[in-house]
Amino acid sequence: MAKVLVIAELTEDGVRKATLSAISFAAQAAGGTGGSFDVLSIGAAATGAASKLASYGAGKVLTATVDGGYVGERYAATIAAAVKNGAYDVVACCATAYGKDLLPRVAVKLEAGIASDIVGLNVDGGTLKYRRSMYAGNVLGTLTLSTALQAVSVRQSEFEPAAESGGASAVEAVDVVDDAVASRIRFVGVDVVKSERPELTEADVVVSGGRALKSAENFTNVLEPLVDALDAAMGASRAACDAGYVPNDLQVGQTGKVVAPKLYLAVGISGAIQHLAGMKGSKTIVAINKDKEAPIAQVADYFLVSDLFEAVPALTEAVKAAKAG
Amino acid sequence: MKILVPCKRVSDPDNANKVKIAEGGTAVVADGLEFKPNPFDDWGVEAALRLNENASTNESLGEIIVVSFGPAEATQTIRQFLAMGADRGVLVKSEDATLDSYVVAKGLKAIVDKEQPDLVLMGKQSADGESGAVGAILAELLGWPLAFSAATLKTSDGGKTLEVGREVDGGILNLSIDGPAVVTVGDRIIAPGAVKNGVTPDDHAYPESDSGRYASLKGIMKAKKKPIEEMELSALGVEAAPTGDYSDFTMPPARSGTATFVESVQELVEKLQTEAKVL
Repeated sequence: MAKVLVIAELTEDGVRKATLSAISFAAQAAGGTGGSFDVLSIGAAATGAASKLASYGAGKVLTATVDGGYVGERYAATIAAAVKNGAYDVVACCATAYGKDLLPRVAVKLEAGIASDIVGLNVDGGTLKYRRSMYAGNVLGTLTLSTALQAVSVRQSEFEPAAESGGASAVEAVDVVDDAVASRIRFVGVDVVKSERPELTEADVVVSGGRALKSAENFTNVLEPLVDALDAAMGASRAACDAGYVPNDLQVGQTGKVVAPKLYLAVGISGAIQHLAGMKGSKTIVAINKDKEAPIAQVADYFLVSDLFEAVPALTEAVKAAKAG
Repeated sequence: MKILVPCKRVSDPDNANKVKIAEGGTAVVADGLEFKPNPFDDWGVEAALRLNENASTNESLGEIIVVSFGPAEATQTIRQFLAMGADRGVLVKSEDATLDSYVVAKGLKAIVDKEQPDLVLMGKQSADGESGAVGAILAELLGWPLAFSAATLKTSDGGKTLEVGREVDGGILNLSIDGPAVVTVGDRIIAPGAVKNGVTPDDHAYPESDSGRYASLKGIMKAKKKPIEEMELSALGVEAAPTGDYSDFTMPPARSGTATFVESVQELVEKLQTEAKVL
């Protein structure tokens, strides 16, 4: 009978899509144990987001309006109080930068065991068992927590986003609780990297480039037309980010973002293990590389052995023709 | 300033595909694996060194203490960081299997209480367990601010105030923090201009690299004489009682196995349309 509270990650004017994966997890945990789940909408735009969050089958949507930009220290105490007051068993969040920062702080206030970045859930006789990926994606293990309260962050790519249920959950405000430490940490601002393309972790298609592209200009002139022809998000290897060809937030891998799109194209990427950890959950993987011995072959479904400067423009035209046709 | 850098030895991430699983999936077998310092902690030590030096004169501006939890062999990891330039080490002797994020964070809290550092600087996660929770738990236990996944770190008053740029989805979130604080880092923190301490000239360019500085021969010789204090976990008043148990270890399902090599762009497009059905 797990009672789950999902902490929603909000955007300026809505709900981050990753939150819907955390709601899916909550629905699974509640469904598997005969329990229930609620959602907490917290942030400056909490009230507006609550009406959107009310359509995913939660018992209740709780709201806590905290003004100003995101600082975990200004959220954690309020969330912990909501969990205690609502007698929840599990507090869940998406394993985005937001969830990874926020959830452990909440967990400590609740003395809750932590299951980070889970990739699956098993319900075994009423006990929740969490599948986790470790060793750069080379080992999966099942974690059973012995604590009464449990804090779980959910890898977005492994839980299908929840669908709207049509119903409307009741919306209820909860108290905002101050935390002494919050006076020592101030939000200054966000340097936003603007992109017209889909968000890397949410895209159906990802096209990533490696150091073999050789320059920022080649990312723009050679790779981007293919990215746009496929309505894809653009990613990059760590080497390409380090070389300054593209901004750091495009990095796919253990030290960057973990993605699992329907189609992943690795262009001129050799496939270091840290990169593979970030993309090998993709449904179909295509490698374009001159070197057929490159480690990317270990995970690729299709491998075009070719010079990328010839293959990518040709592929761009072929994709455009296929889409048009 | 006085900086505490927690660190962990992990099985060499470049050899992670050699990790084996015991029969029945009861454990990850580490036998025969090489260990090396967690790369995230290597970046943490490099950032600590940059905060605590005048890079144009090589003058030290404070003390860096490296702390690790684990068996006696973890001394080697500490020694490697001492060779890079950290000043002394602490080894909290414990069995790897009895440690989890809470146990380590509670042990670290006891050490912070004793050492009273101006800053705790550490990797945002380990490359093996990948929980990324120790920094946040420690900050919460101490009642200190936390900056998770810092890409830039600036101070001009020895850490009394810190300007931190955190990596978040879609950009960099800038925070101003009154120390002492816990700051966790990823690889961005070793970019040439990522760390500023107000002493090293602002235009000083650290080299582009994907790891912290290499130990010089002199550094390695000096490290042999640097002190490493050893203590038992129980001496810190911390019980080695993990909050969870792992079971059912498996390798992830193999991908299609071998890649289908295609000869031409046309063949690739056909396969993606008719076989994979993704175009």
